[in-house]
Amino acid sequence: MLDVALRHRFGGDGFGLDVAFQAAPRGVTALFGPSGCGKSTILAAIAGLLRPAAGRVALGGQVLLDTAAGIALPPERRRCAVVFQDARLFPHLSVESNLRYGLKRAPRGATGPGFEEVVALLGIGPLLGRRPFGLSGGEKQRVALGRALLARPLLLLMDEPLAALDAARRAEVLPFLARLRDAAGIPILYVTHALEEVDALADSLVLLEAGRVLASGTVEALSLRADLPLAARRDAGVLLPCVVAEAAEGLARLDFEGGTLLTTLHPGGPGTRLRIRIRARDVALAVEEPRGLSTRNILPATLAGIDPIPGTAEVFARLSVGPSLLLARITADSVQRLALRPGMPAWALIKAVTFDHRAVARDDHAPAGPG
Amino acid sequence: MTAGLSPEEWQAVRLSVEVAARSVAISLLPAIAVAWLLARGRFPGRMLLDALVHLPLVVPPVVVGWGLLMLFGIRGPIGAPLHDWFGIRLVFTTEGAALATAVMSFPLIVRAVRLGLEAVDPGLEAAARTLGAGPVDRFVTVTLPLMSPGILAGTVTAFAAGLGEFGAVITFASNIPGETQTLPLAIYSATQTPGGEGAAARLAFVSFSLAVGGLLLAEVIARRMHRWLGRG
Repeated sequence: MLDVALRHRFGGDGFGLDVAFQAAPRGVTALFGPSGCGKSTILAAIAGLLRPAAGRVALGGQVLLDTAAGIALPPERRRCAVVFQDARLFPHLSVESNLRYGLKRAPRGATGPGFEEVVALLGIGPLLGRRPFGLSGGEKQRVALGRALLARPLLLLMDEPLAALDAARRAEVLPFLARLRDAAGIPILYVTHALEEVDALADSLVLLEAGRVLASGTVEALSLRADLPLAARRDAGVLLPCVVAEAAEGLARLDFEGGTLLTTLHPGGPGTRLRIRIRARDVALAVEEPRGLSTRNILPATLAGIDPIPGTAEVFARLSVGPSLLLARITADSVQRLALRPGMPAWALIKAVTFDHRAVARDDHAPAGPG
Repeated sequence: MTAGLSPEEWQAVRLSVEVAARSVAISLLPAIAVAWLLARGRFPGRMLLDALVHLPLVVPPVVVGWGLLMLFGIRGPIGAPLHDWFGIRLVFTTEGAALATAVMSFPLIVRAVRLGLEAVDPGLEAAARTLGAGPVDRFVTVTLPLMSPGILAGTVTAFAAGLGEFGAVITFASNIPGETQTLPLAIYSATQTPGGEGAAARLAFVSFSLAVGGLLLAEVIARRMHRWLGRG
């Protein structure tokens, strides 16, 4: 368990940071928010690279920082490895020496994946003898991931590790990140402003704005809330954990708790577990079972609630499909016209072609294949 | 002997190289320390130290030599104990010539080392810290290798400049053939001697060649190092 409480102020007119949150002992906690909300500052303070005005950071019972008690471990003794946005590989060392840099300095008795295992996991075997300057951005970031993990840390801090990469390189590195997350067995704090990365990697979310924590909780729970800035995004919607039941040419069948979805995605072979984002704006709602539609997914549901979206004339209709929840973004006018009220039966309509590509295989038991 | 130099002239060349090499050996470590203080230190008097280090660049070399004579002369505040307790005499010796040369080239080497240090990305040192490297560890394994082009540039520049130091050497160490008569002093003596024009020309040529050769060598090594560090 990572416990963080920090207060800091930059310069005279700088923004103030005042946050407190916890991260689970396993899995990825994403610090999510717009640029300049203070998320990288939080990371630097946890790593010990920045001394906050006041605060306390404790990791699994060990106090790393407690300004009130005058405790501030130097970064080299915190065992918090950092993956920086700009990789920061040592240019004068080979890839292998870079990877071994932290490993050599890890405390005796520290456990974690071995050298060969990490090299295989990240697919960087062919790069070992090379120097960082010849590597592509994606390769550099993979080496940086390996170097951090091999330092045998108790906490992995990732500071927008994909932000400096173009879309193709991001797509290249993301599956490796997912594999690393599954292999690491330690908490990972992941700073990002890309919802795509949250969807693919995060278990919990700490939502930040202007130096404050707006909300924290599981990704699934927070994406259901209409009162958060997440709701205002075009891609607001729920994250649905699914398993591929059937993957035929052109159309795949995904099982989720309470139902089944047909999709034109190519999510991988049967049994692949993944999490897909179903955007609220892609979900329509009917009060009678529709017929003669091209829409492939017509799910019987119960209208669980109606949440107005602040600042708009629209609402999120919460639809229970078995134990799962879907969100439909509809106008307040439709709510009036159809006399919608919580508890009534409804049908959720989702076109099979609207799923976007924000699905990354995740497997909590064994590393999933990249791509 | 080759290149048509007389044994005495060769002696001056060898002595110059020796004095320059020893001067670099004396000043390199203090220069790295001072460059570190100037680039990274936050302490009162940093500007004063900066000014002090650069003094030999603006003060006439003869004045530097005179100052050394005052400090390190056998009756000076440093020279007297050195002489009385350890039997070390610096004035009028090769060691003295090296010391005078070291003081004169100190600002050059500090400046180059400091530039090299300032080119080191502090982000890499921060990365080393998060990977468990303590202060000495990360200085040796990250900072030092990354600033090595600056150290090399400083070493070569100081060596090349040291070959030609005149004023401070002649004032502090005098002009003793085989002891303190380096290339420029030998050239000076040759020009003062009737019929010494030939010797002066030969020595001047050697001096020129050494300087140009040193700079070329430095350039080649610097390029290799930058490639080694991946800076193109």
